Amino acid sequence: MPHLENLVLCRESQVSTLKSLFGERHHFSFPSIFIYGHTASGKTYVTQTLLKTLELPHVFVNCVECFTLRLLLEQILNKLNHLSSSEEGCSTEITCETFNDFVRAFKQVTTAESLKDQTVYIVLDKAEYLRDMEANLLPGFLRLQELTDRNVTVIFLSEIIWEKFRPNTGCLEPFVLYFPDYSIGNLQKILSHDHPPEYSADFYAAYINILLGVFYTVCRDLKELRHLAVLNFPKYCEPVVKGEAGERDTRKLWRNIEPHLKKAMQTVYLREISSSQWEKLQKDDADPAQVKGLSAYSHVELPYYSKFILIAAYLASYNPARTDRRFFLKHHGKIKKTNFLKKHEKTSNHLLGPKPFPLDRLLAILYSIVDSRVAPTANIFSQIASLVTLQLLTLVGHDDQLDAPKYKCTVSLDFIRAIARTVNFDIIKYLYDFL
Amino acid sequence: MATSSVSKGCFVFKPSFKKRKISVAIEDYFNNGKNESEDSKLRFETYHLMWQQMKSETERFQEELNKNLFDSLIEFLQKSHSEFQNNSRNWGFQIKLREIPTAALVLGVNVTDHDLIFRSLTEAIQNNVTPYVVSLQAKDCPDMKHFLQKVISQLMSCCVNTKPQKEESVNVTQKKTHYSVDSLSSWYMTITQKTGPRMPSKKRTPGRWHPPAVVLILKDMESFNTKVLQDFITSSSQHLHEFPLILIFGIATSPIIIHRLLPHAVSSLLCIELFQSLSCKNHLTTILDKLLLTTQFPFKISEKVLQVLTNIFLYHDFSIQNFIKGLKLSLLEHFHSQPLSVLCCSLPEAKRRISCFSASQCENIRRLPSFRRYVEKQASEKQVALLTCEKLLKEEAQSLLESLHVYHVNYFLALRCLHHFTASLPKYPLGRQIRELYCMCLEKNVWDSEEYASALQLLRMLAKDELMTILQKCSEVFNSSSGKQLGSSAKKIEDFLAQFQSLDADAKEEEDASGSQPRVLPRTDLYHLQKSLMETKELRRTKKQSRFEVLREAVVNFIDCLVRDHLLPPETQPLHEVVYFCGARMLREHLNAAPRMALHAALHNPHYYLKNEALEGEEGCIPHTAPDICIAYKLHLECGRLINLVDWSEAFATVVTAAEKTDVNSATSEEMNEIIQDAKTSDSTEVNTCTYAHRTLSLKAKELMTTGSWTSTSSDLFVKAQPIPGIPERPSGKTTQCDSLSFTADYHHILRPSSCSPVE
Repeated sequence: MPHLENLVLCRESQVSTLKSLFGERHHFSFPSIFIYGHTASGKTYVTQTLLKTLELPHVFVNCVECFTLRLLLEQILNKLNHLSSSEEGCSTEITCETFNDFVRAFKQVTTAESLKDQTVYIVLDKAEYLRDMEANLLPGFLRLQELTDRNVTVIFLSEIIWEKFRPNTGCLEPFVLYFPDYSIGNLQKILSHDHPPEYSADFYAAYINILLGVFYTVCRDLKELRHLAVLNFPKYCEPVVKGEAGERDTRKLWRNIEPHLKKAMQTVYLREISSSQWEKLQKDDADPAQVKGLSAYSHVELPYYSKFILIAAYLASYNPARTDRRFFLKHHGKIKKTNFLKKHEKTSNHLLGPKPFPLDRLLAILYSIVDSRVAPTANIFSQIASLVTLQLLTLVGHDDQLDAPKYKCTVSLDFIRAIARTVNFDIIKYLYDFL
Repeated sequence: MATSSVSKGCFVFKPSFKKRKISVAIEDYFNNGKNESEDSKLRFETYHLMWQQMKSETERFQEELNKNLFDSLIEFLQKSHSEFQNNSRNWGFQIKLREIPTAALVLGVNVTDHDLIFRSLTEAIQNNVTPYVVSLQAKDCPDMKHFLQKVISQLMSCCVNTKPQKEESVNVTQKKTHYSVDSLSSWYMTITQKTGPRMPSKKRTPGRWHPPAVVLILKDMESFNTKVLQDFITSSSQHLHEFPLILIFGIATSPIIIHRLLPHAVSSLLCIELFQSLSCKNHLTTILDKLLLTTQFPFKISEKVLQVLTNIFLYHDFSIQNFIKGLKLSLLEHFHSQPLSVLCCSLPEAKRRISCFSASQCENIRRLPSFRRYVEKQASEKQVALLTCEKLLKEEAQSLLESLHVYHVNYFLALRCLHHFTASLPKYPLGRQIRELYCMCLEKNVWDSEEYASALQLLRMLAKDELMTILQKCSEVFNSSSGKQLGSSAKKIEDFLAQFQSLDADAKEEEDASGSQPRVLPRTDLYHLQKSLMETKELRRTKKQSRFEVLREAVVNFIDCLVRDHLLPPETQPLHEVVYFCGARMLREHLNAAPRMALHAALHNPHYYLKNEALEGEEGCIPHTAPDICIAYKLHLECGRLINLVDWSEAFATVVTAAEKTDVNSATSEEMNEIIQDAKTSDSTEVNTCTYAHRTLSLKAKELMTTGSWTSTSSDLFVKAQPIPGIPERPSGKTTQCDSLSFTADYHHILRPSSCSPVE
């Protein structure tokens, strides 16, 4: 079919494997096929176009949407029902609670005239979500042909390898098919395939070549690359539109677009600036450096005591409790770091991550680092609670009133240093790691 | 007794109607129970009126403050939605990723204020963009199912609100179990198809008709479960063609949280634009400016109260709502506690009220410390007249109130001027914000402070253009006030400005003159150079001040005079008690409660709360009449870090039984012995009194902990239990504990009925 080759590029071998697996319409196919590969390696697209162009009866379900068993099964059944009785329009909705019901209902639905004597395909996209559902679901789908005694094939699409799916109780092994990543040549071919109608294919291909030169090292996601290609194309065309350069003047065009693409890599690609803002910048010919990205707004304004609570929490999280005496007692005597170093403490606490600490330790440190007297008022406690809701602290374990609650400080060193600077507190002096 | 019958029988009592009406009108709470209630109703009304005025004023300017933000947000929503519909034919648009338009709304950490903003935002969106607005809170959406359930139910109620009679059928057809994004989008299709053809005739928009977008507000982005968010975004982005969704993330900390919550695969589905709300500190400044630094509302607060309110705001919560609540509380308390607060209203009204004052109210005026001080300064015959003649007193009070009003008008003008002068000085000796300056001026004579002296010092070094901008600002301040007060000062400032301008012209000429003189420095050796430098230095010191310097000195003197004349602290004004609220302590107790201290006070000194004379013991000893818990607590305070439970319980038993020994009626102790005997027979192991006491204690301690009182006490309160020697550990710990719980409860009631009585 020449039609199909036009639609599906660079996936010839996979398409032919699938086609031979499917066989004739009335042939029994493999009970289950497992297709895996990275994001944007064409799994969904190839399966969908193949089933559509061959006009095979199929149901396409995305497992992200169906977060319960019931939703998943009912969606499959209802779509099948739709297929079999497309003439009469929508018939009654089938309700289905368990896999057992599903098998029974499935048998009923597939007796319809239009589905008889041909393979029915059920495609489960994002199949990794099946692992979090009921344990019988995955083995059940793998054996669906056997259980229902119908001509049915289940196709799983996933980004994860089959070995991570296999249940411990054993199951029928599916036919595993791998979709490898597109090579740079493939990407070039696919991207230049859909060129804008106003420009020639060669012109667009040259643009794609430059684009891939910049982005290929960081991003091989076809969807993302297509998006970026469309976003930046008007800028590439600019000299041509203005008449400053011809369509063949590749070198000039390259010099125009390359710095622009590099900026895009730092901003739009990371979603620091939204695509619509980027387009607007292009239109106005403004400098992208003027618009600050999301990360530029890292500053958080906190009430005075909240800052100190956060600092105290940070100290409690990253200092061993034994060293509190050294940092917060006035006449601690001279204790050298080497004297109280235990063996496992030689590694930096910052590499190990924050450790949990009880509320009382937090308060004790707080009282000693704040210059003025702090009364333990209800406001202080509610501030701790609100820092937890802001995700700057996390509550460790269950929040039991009996045991003192334990917290962890989740902010980074840079963040806490910025906070400490606003209250003139030299936090480095109090950190055990920097002693 | 209502019946005097001796015989047994049933008696029917009809409810008397008087008894039923127990509910007290709000204004009656203003009666302090004593005779001073004559004006209470009037005071309450005055309070109510003033609070309403203040509230509407706050709401008005809060709306103004939010207007900018809302406008840009609504513009974004409209634009992104229409773009969505218009460009669908475009080449690029078909290839580009379909991104969900997302507004990241950074609101600051004062989470309590967010509700108000979101409420008005929802209203604004419903009026301008789309009727379909859904707002979600993280705590309602622990998983996908609840998330969608909330979205769907809110959407349906939205659409029922707009068209009440037509949507019934849709509501019914929607089955309860079908909560999925798929069903959501199909529901949306049916709704828009139904309403679609009808709308354009009403709205008359050019071009095709767009179905309204659905705006989903996530109020607290930080607390949302990442998995729920990710799943929802990925699945709804697949339905974006049929279901035009726009997200608004309410962010309290910083927008980086989006990257922390969502992986690149998900955040690449969003088209995020950032919106930032006004900083809450600026918000506070406006509130103070509009409510307190104005003569519009006669009510004022003293320095201490202002300090308490701003400290709670700046140190603790950043919450405007709480600040306003604190202000309301102080207003209420002022009208409640100060009998003369009747006069805290507009000037003509206050004058009218004075003229019909009763004798006791006049006496109240005479008792005011500020009025007494005022009287003492008067001539002796006038003193007598003021203290005896009611009519004269009323007249005098009226004139004093008027002068108080004038004082306030001048005060705020002078304050603003001074603020303009000092706000831009290096290191801000008098504070950067006007509230700091206000606090200082309220506290004492500001010109006596060191900071003021240093500020003046710095002012004397200002450059001309700086001075001129400041003067211009000041003249604006004077012009904006409608009154003719301080007219002379305003004119003086104008004069200064004119002089500075003329100085400009003069300076040019002068420069020309000095420029003509050739200043040739001959080549000299080091000695001569030093000498000439010394000479120039000498010259500079003795040099006559330039005209600019003279003028600058005059300006500084002028502002100094202004401050000394008008920024007197309010305590110097007679009758200031009428408008100034100064119950800082009460406010602190109410707004910044200290649970640990309260607990400690209650446990350490039960008399403080229970008000029972029997509990009042002398310092250092433990009264046996105190509740058990207090005894246990006090005993435990006597120990160090660890308490031996045996010692503790023995001590407890000693304190308790010591009292009973002295009791004439020893029935209770007998009963206790009985119980102990019972226990001994029932429990085969050796048990002594101590064990019971110990059990009671440990259970009491447990109780304390479960009620949350002990988790919040300091760490050394935690008791390490040591097993009592001689008592073997029981295998089933759980059941015995339960047994002993019920047992000790009984034991308790029999043993010490007195301990319960003071609580009631």
